Parts: sequence; structure tokens; C-alpha cells
Amino acid sequence: MEVPILKQGPYLIATIQSALTDADLLQLRDSLVEQVGRYRSRGVIVDVTALDVMDSFASRTIRDIAQMIKLRGAETVIVGIDPDVAFAMVRLGLNLEGVATTLDLEEGLVLLNERARATKR
Amino acid sequence: MVDARTHTATSQMVGENTAGLLRELVAHLRQNRTQLREEWVRRITGAQLLTAMTKEEIFAEATSVYDSYVEALETGTVEALQAYSRNLSERIIPRGVETNEVVGIVLLLRDVLARSLFAKYHGDVSMLSHVLDAYEPAANRIAITVAVGFVQQRERVIREQQEAIRELSTPVLQVRERLLILPIIGLIDPQRARQLTEQLLRGIRLNRAKVVVIDITGVAAMDASVANHLVQTVEAARLLGATVIVTGLSPEIAQTLVNIGVDLGKMNTVGDLQGGIEEAERLLGYTVVPLKEAPQPA
Repeated sequence: MEVPILKQGPYLIATIQSALTDADLLQLRDSLVEQVGRYRSRGVIVDVTALDVMDSFASRTIRDIAQMIKLRGAETVIVGIDPDVAFAMVRLGLNLEGVATTLDLEEGLVLLNERARATKR
Repeated sequence: MVDARTHTATSQMVGENTAGLLRELVAHLRQNRTQLREEWVRRITGAQLLTAMTKEEIFAEATSVYDSYVEALETGTVEALQAYSRNLSERIIPRGVETNEVVGIVLLLRDVLARSLFAKYHGDVSMLSHVLDAYEPAANRIAITVAVGFVQQRERVIREQQEAIRELSTPVLQVRERLLILPIIGLIDPQRARQLTEQLLRGIRLNRAKVVVIDITGVAAMDASVANHLVQTVEAARLLGATVIVTGLSPEIAQTLVNIGVDLGKMNTVGDLQGGIEEAERLLGYTVVPLKEAPQPA
């Protein structure tokens, strides 16, 4: 299933709605990295609220997305990781190191706005 | 082959015989209900059992137990008695009735009934022996049922209380908007550690916390696996978008963390709870100033 990517002002928001295959994840990565340049977006939010499993491929791909977006000049925030999923990920050593995470979409937008303000100064 | 067949036939005969004897027994117990029940209550009072209950209560319960007992002897099934004993235990455990009292009264009833059988059949020793053969196994089974029911009930109460204590022992408290503190006191075993993580992560989501202060001043020591768990909890909280500050690490725990090779760069630690809360307020953008020094409203 393809993940819809919404443009919201200077940000892109990708909301994952159901479990994704590896191919879907790679497609999400490619579309995000492409669109972030096309729309000159400053930030990307990936909402994973609906995911109740996060395997090693998914977390590696998400980390890759964050790093690629960084190289394209924008910020990435992963939002809505479920508490149980979070602990399971940490136990498997999938820490999403270096990737910003927030509780939900709202917090993610707040974080991106703060960072935008900080860089303007 | 022949032997086996004979044996089966004999045991069948004995089985029928037992059923007949039990019927006779039940008739005897029904007939002498009032007298035997009173005798039993007298013995209970005499043995100073069930002192937490009044005489009337003992008599009422004794009547019910007596009837369930006779019924169990008659039908050979203990389910009704089992249910009654569970229900009884539920009522009397909060009043401080002990296991020895419950076992004691059931054994007293067994004794009272056996004595009445002696009195009835003392003229015919072989008949008495048959009656006892039928009575003893059934009575034993009943005694075990009641005792086990009581003990199980008690264990259930203990389990519930343990659960309650465990929940009380890991409070997650909000001290300011978006700031939680989690004071931990006492020994942390793996089970408590798991529960702690669960409550913290749920607390973060429920209160939309940005910063959490975990204070472990009250924890004297922790082993490597629990320390590791703590580090994992800090990481998981970060995935939910919260920053964790750990305060009050004792020298022993600091040593454990260093020994297991924790990457301390990931852990935010402050000396004491006060410092931890100040750091958390700084992260949240609060400044706390005395009223005198506060800027006056225009």
C-alpha cells in the first residue's frame, strides 16, 4: 500500500496507515527524498502511530530516510511510536540513533517550528 | 487373565457395597442432624477455634457446612462443597481466620461423625469396619477439598495484595505541565523493572510529557540486568519524544553502569532530585524566581 505524502506549508507529512512491505518502505523513502527537493520543504514528518510492529528493516529504512533528508537540507521527525513498540525496538537494539522523535504529529510540528526559528536567528 | 477378572468383579462388588453403605450413612447423618451439629459446634467452641466469630455465626456456618458435607457424601461430588468453601473463605479471611482453624473444624466434624458411627455400630465390628471403609476416603476427600479451597482463596488474596503493592511502588507523578517525576525506592527486581518501564512509557503518552526525572536516590544497588533495563527505558522514552534525567545515582550504581559499559553520552544524569527538576525546568523553558525578584506587572 502506498503511503500518502501531504504537503503542509514548508513541511511534508507522511502518515503510515497500515503495515508496510519492504518494497512499500523503499518507495516511501524514494518519494520523500524526491519530493523534499521538488517542494523545497524544510522538514519531513513520518507518522507511525498505526504501526504496531517495527522490525529491523523498517527502523533501518527510517534511519536512512532521516539521513538522506538531512543531506537534502531538511529535518526529519518520526512521530507516534507506540510505547510497547518503543521498548521492543530498544531491546532489539534499534535505537533510531540521531533521529528526532516526538509523541505525536502536533509535537512534531512544534519541534520543526522551533528548529526553524532557531536557524533564522 | 483369570486373576484380573476376579479382581474386577470383586472391586465392582465392593463399589456397589460402598455406595449402599454410604446411603445408609447419609440416612444416619440426616436423622441425627440436630444432635450431631450441636455436638460439633460444642467441640469447636471447646477447642477455642473460630474465636473471631460469634456463637450464632459459628452455628449458622456449621449448619451450612454440615449440610454440604452430607450432600457431598451422598452425591460423591465435591463441586458444591468446593464452591461453598470458597465463598466461606472469602467471607472469613478478612476477619483473620487462620488455616489451622479451618482445617481444625473440618477434622472435628470428621471426628464427631466417626464417633457417632462407632456408637451406632459398636455391637457389630465387621459392619463397623465396612462402614468406616466407605466413610473414611469420602471424609478425607471432603477435608482436603475444604482445606485446599481455603488455602487457594488465601493465596488469591495475597496475590492481589502483591499486585496492589507493586502498583503503589512505582508512582508516576506530574509536577508541572509536561514534566513527570518517577521516584523509585527499594529493591528493583526484573519484574518491577518491567512494570516500571510500562508505567513510565504509558505515563509519558498520557500526560504528554517532554521531560521525565527518574530519581533513584532510594535504590541502594542494582544488578547489571536491571541497570541495562534502565538504560533501555531511557532510550524507549526518547523514541516517544521525552527526555529522561536520572538523578541520585549511588556510587555503587555508578560503578555498575560503568562496569556494564553503558554509553553515558545517552544518559542525562544529575546529582540529586532538586538539580534534576531544575535541569528539567530549564529544558522546558521555565525559570523559577522568588516573588520579590519577579518582574512587577505593569
